[in-house]
Amino acid sequence: MNFALTEQQRMIRQAARDFAQKELAPHAARWDRDEEFPAAQVKKLGELGFLGMNVPEQYGGAGFDMVSYVLAMEEISAACASTGVIMSVNNSLVCWPLETYGTEAQKLKFLVPLARGELLGAYCLSEPNAGTDAANQQTTARRDGDHWVLNGMKNFITNGAHADVLIVFAQTDPALKHKGIFAFIVETKSEGFAVISKEKKLGIRASDTAQLAFDGVRVPADQQLGADGAGFRVAMSTLDGGRIGIASQALGIAKAALEAAVSYAKTREQFGQPIARFQAIQWKIADMATRYEASRLLTLRAAALKDAGEPYGEQAAMAKLFASESASYIAEEAVQIFGGNGYSKEYPVERHFRDARITSIYEGTSEAQRMVIAGHRLR
Amino acid sequence: MDFSFNEQQTMFRDMVRDFAAREIAPLAAQMDRDADMPETLIQKLREGGFFGLTFPEGLGGLGVDTTTYGLVVEELSAVSAGVAVMICVHNSVGSYPIAMFGSDELKARVLPRMAAGEIAAFCVSEAGAGSDAAALTTAAARDGDQYVLTGSKMWVTNGSRARYYVVLARTPGSVGHDSVHAFLVERDAPGLSVAKKEDKMGLRCSDTCVVELDAVRIPVANRLGEEGDGFKVAMKALDGGRIGIAFQALGIGRACLEASVRYAGQRIAFGEKLWHIPTVRDKFADMAARLHAARLTALHAAWLKDQGRPHTKEAAMAKLLATEAAGHVADEAVQIHGGFGYTKDYDVERYYRDVRVTRIYEGTSEIQRLVIARSVIKELG
Repeated sequence: MNFALTEQQRMIRQAARDFAQKELAPHAARWDRDEEFPAAQVKKLGELGFLGMNVPEQYGGAGFDMVSYVLAMEEISAACASTGVIMSVNNSLVCWPLETYGTEAQKLKFLVPLARGELLGAYCLSEPNAGTDAANQQTTARRDGDHWVLNGMKNFITNGAHADVLIVFAQTDPALKHKGIFAFIVETKSEGFAVISKEKKLGIRASDTAQLAFDGVRVPADQQLGADGAGFRVAMSTLDGGRIGIASQALGIAKAALEAAVSYAKTREQFGQPIARFQAIQWKIADMATRYEASRLLTLRAAALKDAGEPYGEQAAMAKLFASESASYIAEEAVQIFGGNGYSKEYPVERHFRDARITSIYEGTSEAQRMVIAGHRLR
Repeated sequence: MDFSFNEQQTMFRDMVRDFAAREIAPLAAQMDRDADMPETLIQKLREGGFFGLTFPEGLGGLGVDTTTYGLVVEELSAVSAGVAVMICVHNSVGSYPIAMFGSDELKARVLPRMAAGEIAAFCVSEAGAGSDAAALTTAAARDGDQYVLTGSKMWVTNGSRARYYVVLARTPGSVGHDSVHAFLVERDAPGLSVAKKEDKMGLRCSDTCVVELDAVRIPVANRLGEEGDGFKVAMKALDGGRIGIAFQALGIGRACLEASVRYAGQRIAFGEKLWHIPTVRDKFADMAARLHAARLTALHAAWLKDQGRPHTKEAAMAKLLATEAAGHVADEAVQIHGGFGYTKDYDVERYYRDVRVTRIYEGTSEIQRLVIARSVIKELG
């Protein structure tokens, strides 16, 4: 086995770290407080190639491997988890299905500007009544000549209020259940599209999470993504990769919380010595570090399998399950090590604690990951 | 053994449940958002006797026992943990030191005013003295029949709303427990100022402040207990305080469980209510069982206190178990609500933030374990 990173992977990680520490870390607390979308920084991320990291260069991307994507996502998320999810959605949930299922014309028209970061994408699967039960799509698509007409609501859409291009799932025939679901590429400038509201959230507050309405939105038939009835497969296979992105986001939050806790434990004195000298604190740090490292290995392994062209769905679900739950655990222990200071917005662990909590909910709850993993093992 | 509540306990619980639903619940989310509490609500709490709960009837209080007090705190916390902590601090650590260690003159003068709703606060923690409370550096220099207090206190609940502050300070230049003294300081004492209000994750309607003491002169008569009793005063007060925080956590936990069961009864996934999904039912079972076990422990600690029996270990156990159970329950409540639980449209988002501090203040979980282990080794070692 080779656990070493390549020269290129190390360089990409360093570039992401430099960007994150210089451009994101100084502002993350303010963006969180004000729920401000980091528009200028997202634009710069695009210029650096971080919004289309795995897309081949011929389609405007950086052509990097998944392992590099994990490393970059971790660094970005360690500084600002909101920016992390903006990046993850564009890369994993928008660029990837376009590259995998898109026609050449769709790639040239949509993937190129999305991968370059000239346009921003969002992924519209969840609905008010379709969360973990994603197949229960109520948004409808009706064929009308050379167009599809979309009607319905989408919920919890990351980048929803800032996106230019959406991947939208809709039901064409409820009798066919999940086999009636189609995927579409929808431009937000389309008539009938509206951003209804933005969620007020516990964390990742600089990322917008929107409710979107589709009221008779006409989509040209050549913007159907993938085959007839393949929408649910497009959605699920996309989430397999998305989970590697969210696992990486969780890793970043965990890393930031762990580093903050270590540094605080070494400097904070109680009972006449740094609290790092107390066994209770040492064991917390040990458990936090162990869970972080195990999460990291699971996530990198899922990424390496994807790079090698091997099946990676189960490993991605495991990485997402374990990394997200570990991130919450690590952030929670970091707050505890900080004591009262950890409950105050003056220290970043307060934000890490709130940000971490979403990672075991979105792109498949922990319960959904367990369904996926059990499905593989019991098949 | 008798596990039933008496008539007074049941009556108070039901009255407070009604009051909280009527007067507090409609304001709770807004108070969290604004990080403030309307004076009109505080006035209603005064009129309802909440500031005199644990004070003797002869001094204008309601003189309830600790069990009743716990049930009241639980009911308040199920609606607004921020309101509850204001009442808790006032009725326990803010006033208990005066009731237990104050001179008769001090008690007669101050306790009736506190019972009527002049708010009390407790000032122990400092920037460098958290779990290690004995590391406090605030100085109390004796000058004739006065003390001169100088220092800075942190994490003072009720900091800006209080009229009275119990302050721990030490003989200048001394170290250790034995040179710490406890005092009552009044808000209008020259040199006392409320510096800043903390911007917190949760309990946002409760004010947590830095209180500065700049050569504040107070009469010797305001000392609580003898010279050097300060640490003992604080620890005794915290024993009672911890029972209150245990019930606070239990109230938040109960609200989480109720909200989750309600939500799961309405939310349909895979063609049925979440009620019928086995893993959701398992979550309910664990949530309910953990809360119940912690609640019995807290009720037992309250009973011991009312019996006048030692309860340091049991109060620490109650706080440890209740706060950790409630933390788990709040986490599961968010999970059951899915994405909705991450938004401010649902109360569990607030409960999740509010509950987190219960494992930190009035002694972290780590400190409770120290207290419990010390007792266990003494008993069994």
